[in-house]
Amino acid sequence: MNIQLRFFASVREKLGMSEQKVALPADINTVGEVRSWLVARGDVWADVLAPGRALRMAYNQQMCEPDTKISEGAEVAFFPPVTGG
Amino acid sequence: MTIRVQTVDFDLNAELAQLRQGNPGIGAVVSFVGLVRDINDGQNISAMELEHYPGMTEKALEQIVVQAQARWDLINTLVIHRVGPLQPLDQIVLVAVATRHRGDAFAACEFIMDYLKTQAPFWKKEQTPEGSRWVDARETDDLALQKWNMPAQGGDPA
Repeated sequence: MNIQLRFFASVREKLGMSEQKVALPADINTVGEVRSWLVARGDVWADVLAPGRALRMAYNQQMCEPDTKISEGAEVAFFPPVTGG
Repeated sequence: MTIRVQTVDFDLNAELAQLRQGNPGIGAVVSFVGLVRDINDGQNISAMELEHYPGMTEKALEQIVVQAQARWDLINTLVIHRVGPLQPLDQIVLVAVATRHRGDAFAACEFIMDYLKTQAPFWKKEQTPEGSRWVDARETDDLALQKWNMPAQGGDPA
């Protein structure tokens, strides 16, 4: 499955990229699994997306939970808790 | 409903005039304006940069206004949020609500701001004498949502 990753704010800066197209292994089906799959890349990925780190996730531009199912062509975003207003 | 995300400043009087133009059914307008302060968490702030998630930002703001419309009797609503470089004294955000009676306007305006602070994808980066830093989210903002019976959502609470 192919999806588009998006990163914002401190997450974007630490990873050194704002987006990336990826082809997921067949056993990755949820947003939380995408996060774990990215953590397995190691290095800065393991640090920035580590379990327990305050991180928000969005699926197709909608705030979501780790168990949100993903489908082909989806946009999955990772970012820190928001600080607008 | 009007939602705008923009780099340029806004004129409160002009926006409120537009919000209630030609509608004699409006008996109350409540507005909130958020400003850039020069001190945050004990540090002097010389400037800040506001980043957002284009596309999602507008959807998130629209969704909260729709939720406010379901809770209160709203005639018109306006949300303006600025992005890009800002300085102390600058206006950041405007929420304005027009209703028949004041109770709905006060409540809806506060509800929209509380939601925006925790759910709309904006991030502040401040310039301080020691360099730039991303602003940390405040737990008090999540707590503010609880009075509306709306849990914070989207990821780990850690």
